[in-house]
Amino acid sequence: MATAPSQPRPVEAPHHPVEVPLADRIRLTILQQSHRARFGHIGSALSIADVLAALYGGTLRGEGDDRERFVLSKGHAVLALYAALYETGRIDLATLETYCGDGSALGAHPEHAFAPIDFSTGSLGHGLPYAAGAALAARTLGSARRTFVLLSDAELNEGSVWEAAMFAAHQRLGRLVAIVDLNGVQALGYTRDVIDLEPLGARWEAFGWSVHDVDGHDAAALRATIDALDPASPRPHVVLARTQLGHGVSFMENQIPWHYWPLSDEQFAAAVAEVAAAR
Amino acid sequence: MRNAFVETLTELAERDRRIALLTGDLGFSVLEPFGERFPDRFYNVGVAEQNMVGVATGLAEAGMIPFVYSIATFASMRPYEFIRNGPVLHQLPVRIVGVGGGFEYGNNGATHYALEDVGVLRLQRGLTVVVPADTAHARSALEQTYELRRPIYYRVSKGGPPIPGLDSDFELGRLARVRDGGDVALIALGPLAAGAVTAADRLADEGIDAAVAVVESFNPSPAEDLADLLAGVPLAVTVESHFVDGGVGTLVAEVIAEHGLPTRLRRCGIGELPRGMTGSQAFLDDHHGLSAAGISGAARSALLAAR
Repeated sequence: MATAPSQPRPVEAPHHPVEVPLADRIRLTILQQSHRARFGHIGSALSIADVLAALYGGTLRGEGDDRERFVLSKGHAVLALYAALYETGRIDLATLETYCGDGSALGAHPEHAFAPIDFSTGSLGHGLPYAAGAALAARTLGSARRTFVLLSDAELNEGSVWEAAMFAAHQRLGRLVAIVDLNGVQALGYTRDVIDLEPLGARWEAFGWSVHDVDGHDAAALRATIDALDPASPRPHVVLARTQLGHGVSFMENQIPWHYWPLSDEQFAAAVAEVAAAR
Repeated sequence: MRNAFVETLTELAERDRRIALLTGDLGFSVLEPFGERFPDRFYNVGVAEQNMVGVATGLAEAGMIPFVYSIATFASMRPYEFIRNGPVLHQLPVRIVGVGGGFEYGNNGATHYALEDVGVLRLQRGLTVVVPADTAHARSALEQTYELRRPIYYRVSKGGPPIPGLDSDFELGRLARVRDGGDVALIALGPLAAGAVTAADRLADEGIDAAVAVVESFNPSPAEDLADLLAGVPLAVTVESHFVDGGVGTLVAEVIAEHGLPTRLRRCGIGELPRGMTGSQAFLDDHHGLSAAGISGAARSALLAAR
């Protein structure tokens, strides 16, 4: 059984002043922790900072067994999730700083054994089936809670995603919300060159989903879009979040190698300065 | 056996609302009693086994006990990574029901032969594997394990006769001793135990005293019970409608080695995936040395070779 997420705890020395928008605080924490740990997947994490700011900045509701579930299906971007948990006071700094440490539950992909994580992921194509099950469970148990799942665009190459897409539409899971991080970049190339996803909105539409297009780097717009989704809809919802790999750090933006590369000291300083100066 | 399994599941669901049943579009004339009684907890997820196990993981995370149902090959291998990363990694009570072990779908050909399901799933140490030998045992096994707080794979047969001498109470992690004997132990998996009993009768006619035992679970496996049995016989013959690797033959070899026993071992099972060789279950079992005559012959020849 999953344990309930840890309750928000006051953090004595937050990394970043609360005047800075949550998405940028998440970005700064991503940069600091990835630099400290000398670990990559930075571009993928920066890509979803605004989506997580929307979800963890107020969209996700409830506590305990009846909390709304969130599945980070693109598990390789988990540093953004740890950063969101930290910046919203759900985990403390000492916990955050175990990221990629020996013996830590905070590895480079999320583990359900770490209480704030609802589902372990890391192998692409698992998240939407899990989320469909979570949404079906909520309906079967008579709960109004919603289920959110964040997928990468390249993950849509996996056939299991479309198995779950057909299932969720057939079951009319209107309280299921899939968000696609549509940054157009995958491990070895641009999605348009590897497996072209377009016309993506029409594809989801054809699978029976309600499609919503939004700027994936506008946390307020994301929040407004998600919060306005009709839970009574007979169709599950997919939010196509138009994003950029590495968003916020100009030398990373849309650059394929930043799917993997870690930061040098010089790059780290430049990246932090750019994110900090943006506000 | 599968009908009795589903009848028992329906009875359990009557008093336990956590139970749900998912099928990958299989189970015609088997699943109807559950589906008609509990339409709100019965889902045909379509021909999509990966999604079925993923959905079951989501259901179990919310406190439900989902059973997923398909032919053994499709239930075990198509969603294998989902089983590992889902219920095993999350330690959730998903139940995978694989129907038709070995050659039960004989005329359907190689894609339908479940010859490695037990072996590949046994590798997942966080998953319990249950293989009932007859209908009474299937009922008992389900009743006694359905609430276990870990995932389970049930290898369930379409049918099969009662096993003479088999106590109908299933005990997880224990060896079912069907009869005693000092010359050879016939150790069977699933309904082939019936053939092992017949083989023991034939051997008795020849003055060979054969014990018969049935392995009905892995993780936990009946290692200590097997060690006790094996310590009393010079020869063990394992009998399974499965590849000779990964199942009962491998388990018995492990027990012999880890306990330092002098018992010799002859493994009866399938050596390679048959290609272009279909037929009835009885034909295929016999072709692979798994009929009663094949089992008694294997025991006889192994005893002669040791003299």
